[in-house]
Amino acid sequence: MLKKTLFTLQLLLTLLMCAFLLIPVGMSILAGLSVNYFRGPSAGLTFKWVIQVWQDYHDAILNSLYVGAATLVLVALLGVPAGYVLARWQSRFARWIEELLTLPIALPGLASALALISVYGGMRGFRESLAFIIVGHVIFTLPFMVRAVAAACADSRIKLMEEGAASLGASFVRRFMTVVLPNIRSEIVAAALIVVTLSLGEFNLTWMLHTPDTKTLPVGLADAYASLRLEIGSAYTAVFFVLIVPLLIVMQTTAQRAKVRNARGRT
Amino acid sequence: MRDLTLPRGWRVALLLPALAVFLAFWLLPMAALVKVSGDGHALETYRAILTNARYLDSLWQTVVLSALVTLATLALSLVAGLFLTRHDFPGKSALVSMLTLPLAFPGVVVGFMVIMLAGRQGLIGDLTSKFAGHKLVFAYSLAGLFLGYLYFSIPRVILAVMAAAESLDHSLTEAAASLGAGPFAIARDVTLPALAPALIASGAMCFATSVGAFGTAFTLATDIDVLPMTIYTEFTLNANVATAAALSVILGVVTWAVLMLARNFTGQAVAAGG
Repeated sequence: MLKKTLFTLQLLLTLLMCAFLLIPVGMSILAGLSVNYFRGPSAGLTFKWVIQVWQDYHDAILNSLYVGAATLVLVALLGVPAGYVLARWQSRFARWIEELLTLPIALPGLASALALISVYGGMRGFRESLAFIIVGHVIFTLPFMVRAVAAACADSRIKLMEEGAASLGASFVRRFMTVVLPNIRSEIVAAALIVVTLSLGEFNLTWMLHTPDTKTLPVGLADAYASLRLEIGSAYTAVFFVLIVPLLIVMQTTAQRAKVRNARGRT
Repeated sequence: MRDLTLPRGWRVALLLPALAVFLAFWLLPMAALVKVSGDGHALETYRAILTNARYLDSLWQTVVLSALVTLATLALSLVAGLFLTRHDFPGKSALVSMLTLPLAFPGVVVGFMVIMLAGRQGLIGDLTSKFAGHKLVFAYSLAGLFLGYLYFSIPRVILAVMAAAESLDHSLTEAAASLGAGPFAIARDVTLPALAPALIASGAMCFATSVGAFGTAFTLATDIDVLPMTIYTEFTLNANVATAAALSVILGVVTWAVLMLARNFTGQAVAAGG
C-alpha cells in the first residue's frame, strides 16, 4: 500500500516537472503560429509571423549557423589532438592543462566576455567581425571536445592496438589517422553535436561580444523579446526550436548508443 | 614512464595549438581583467565595492537565490531521477527525453518560457484569474527568476542523479530491505549517502550556473539586481569598466570557490555544462 502511494506520488511529481518544462515550449510554438495570441488558436493559424521573423532576422540566423560551423571546425582541429595527448601523457603537468582548459565553462561567461573585450576591444577589425564571437565560442566549447576525446583515448584497448600498429612499423601520423581516429569516432561526433548546440544557443558571452553587424540567433531572440509583440517573439522561439531540437534529439540517441556500446565493450 | 607510441615532439606539436589559443584568448584576457579591476589601486577599488550597499545587496541576492534554486532542483531531481531509474513502464524513455530536452536552451529562451508561464498573458495568470479572481503575475520578479533558474537546472541535475543512481549497488538496498528497513530508512541510510558525491557535484554546478546566468536575468529582470545584471549595467550604461571588471572577478571567485569546495568533498572533478 505504502509502496503504491509512493509510486503514484513520484510519478505525479515527475509528470508535473515534465509539464513545467514542456508546456511553455508548446505555448510559444502555438503563439508563434497564431493569428492573434490574445484570442488564442481559435482565431486561426498562420505562418505570417514566421515569415516576418525570417525577413527581419535571417542575417542573425545565418550568422549563427556560420559561427557554429566555424567553431566546430576550430574546436575539432584544436581539441582532438589536445585531448589525445592529455589522455596519453600521464603527468601532473598534463592534469594542470586539462584543468585550465576547463575553466571557461566553470566561470561565468560574462567575465570571459569582459576579459576578451578588455584586451581585444581596441582592435576594431577583429572586434567588429564574427571572428570575435567565434573566438569566444571556441574557448567556451573546447573543453567539451578535449574531455570527450581524452576520455575515449583513455581506453586501454586503443593503446594496445596502437602499440600493435607501431610494432608493425606504422608511423605516428598513420597510427593516429587509421587507428586512433576511427576508434574514437562516435565520441568525436557526440562532442561535435554538443559544440554546435552550445554555440547556436550561446548568449552570455555573445551578447557582450556582438556588434550591430554581428548579431547571432540568440542575440536576435533577446532583441525580439525586448522590442516586439509576443507573436513575433514566439515565432522566433519556434524557429529556434526547429533548429535546436533535432540536434538535441540526435545528441540523446548518440549518447544512448555510446552507452550501449560501452556496456558491451566492458563485458 | 616513456610512452613509445607518443614521441615527445608530437606531444608538443599536438597540444600547442589548443594551448596557444587558450592562452591568447582566455588566460591573458583574464589576467588583463584582473588588472583592470584593480585600476592601479586594487585595495581601494575592492573595498569601495564591498562597502557599497547596492553591490553587496546584489551579491547576496544572487547567492541566496542560487542557493535556493540549487536546493529545490536537487530535491525535485532526486525524487524524479530515482523514480525513473528504479521503475520500468511504457513511455519511460520518452519521459526521460522530455525532462532533459531543455538542456541546451539559452538563458534568453528560458526567460521567455517563464514569461509564457508567469507573464502578463501567461498560463498561471490566466488560470488564477479564472479560478481565484486574481491574476497572478510574477515573471519579472525574483520569483520569476527562481522559476527560470529551476527550468535550466532540472535537466542537468536529473541526468547526473540518474547516472549516479544507475551505478548504485543494488544488493545494498536489497540487503537493507531484507533486514526490515522501510523505504524511508533505506533512502536515509543507504541511497542518499551513496548518491551524496553526485549530488554535491551537480549541486555545485547548478549553483555556479545560476550565479553566472545572464540571459534569463536579461530577459526577465527589468528591475532585479542580480550580479550579472549589475555588471552589465555598470559596463554598458555607466561605462564603469573598473567596477564591472571587479564585480566579474568577484563573481568568478565565488563560482570557483564553490566548485573547489565541492571537489574537496567529493574528490572528483565537477562535470560542467553550458
